[in-house]
Amino acid sequence: MNKSNGKFRLVDFLLVLMMILPVAAGIVIKVLTTPQKEGIIIEGAMIFAEIPFPVMPILITETQVNSWLIMISIIGLALYLTHGIRAGVETKRQYLAEWIVESCQNMVSSNMGGYFKGFAPFITALLGLSAFSSLMSLTGLFPPTSDLNTTAGWALLTFILITYYKMKCGPVVYLKSFAEPPALAPLNIISEFATPISMAFRHYGNVLSGSVISVLVAAGLTGLSQVLLGRLPGFLGEFPFLRIGIPAVLSVYFDIFSGLLQAYIFAMLTMLYVAGAFPEEEYKKRHPEKA
Amino acid sequence: MLELAIGIILGACALGAGMAMIAGIGPGIGEGNAVAKACEAIGRQPECRSQVTTTMLMGCAVAETTGLYALVIAILLIFVAPGRLVDILLNAVGK
Repeated sequence: MNKSNGKFRLVDFLLVLMMILPVAAGIVIKVLTTPQKEGIIIEGAMIFAEIPFPVMPILITETQVNSWLIMISIIGLALYLTHGIRAGVETKRQYLAEWIVESCQNMVSSNMGGYFKGFAPFITALLGLSAFSSLMSLTGLFPPTSDLNTTAGWALLTFILITYYKMKCGPVVYLKSFAEPPALAPLNIISEFATPISMAFRHYGNVLSGSVISVLVAAGLTGLSQVLLGRLPGFLGEFPFLRIGIPAVLSVYFDIFSGLLQAYIFAMLTMLYVAGAFPEEEYKKRHPEKA
Repeated sequence: MLELAIGIILGACALGAGMAMIAGIGPGIGEGNAVAKACEAIGRQPECRSQVTTTMLMGCAVAETTGLYALVIAILLIFVAPGRLVDILLNAVGK
């Protein structure tokens, strides 16, 4: 591979820009549109615009803008990793791209079985989008996953997939699966709808609780440093010194560890539920040629 | 009189949020049990360490769900409910 080629380097540079610029644009939008406020306030996503629509207006919120920005960024990352990829030539980024693809395929085939091999791209996309959305809070932007609508949308996708695979052997088998012990039929129906709700609330609650606790600790440290250092003259007395460094420890847990763990768990639960919904034995009995 | 009513609403919302978080006890006990058993398992079979850790984290996150439901209720009670309830009160009074 001729790495010194000028055109190759230019495309590389543009792809790196494609990764970084959306985040920078998000920060610029946030700085320009956030109104001046006193004190520390916890609030949801900002509403940028309203599009009039018959039943109720469609809102363009910070969540939507940020998730589109993160999607552009992930597309840039994927194109950068696969740029100049070819058989037999080994570069660092090719190793990384192959490692990501192989480990995701291994994860899907070991958790879901051979029939669901085609799920690897979907699960990888879900994992990547969720992980990068949660990591977005490191840059000070509003993470799209701390809005219930985002995670509820993903959970709805999972619910549709579960229902589709339960229906694979026809609606009769699907309805029969609810009356497994006939006395528990109402509970089975409730737990069917509880699955997507609990998935959505789990992801949303974890990310949101992290940001709420971080803001409360920052507010508390500001007050504490005013009490301790308030008597120093001038600038020294006003500047909240205790806020330097200490909230970063919380950020490592809430933003990095918790966000990545929730992304992994969301993908894992999607795999387990979808694979568990598929009535494999019944399907093999009916379609011996496909199994 | 109206001030008193609004004060009662705000105080009741704060109390309700605090009481909702009592649900944090359950996940605490459950996750503690899970981690204790995982430690035992790793002590018995140190070669299974990575698998046990993955399964434990997964189980912990699922056990955390009930606590997070309580958290969502508490957040709604603190940030959403007072405004709505005060609006309802003012509408009922006719102001």
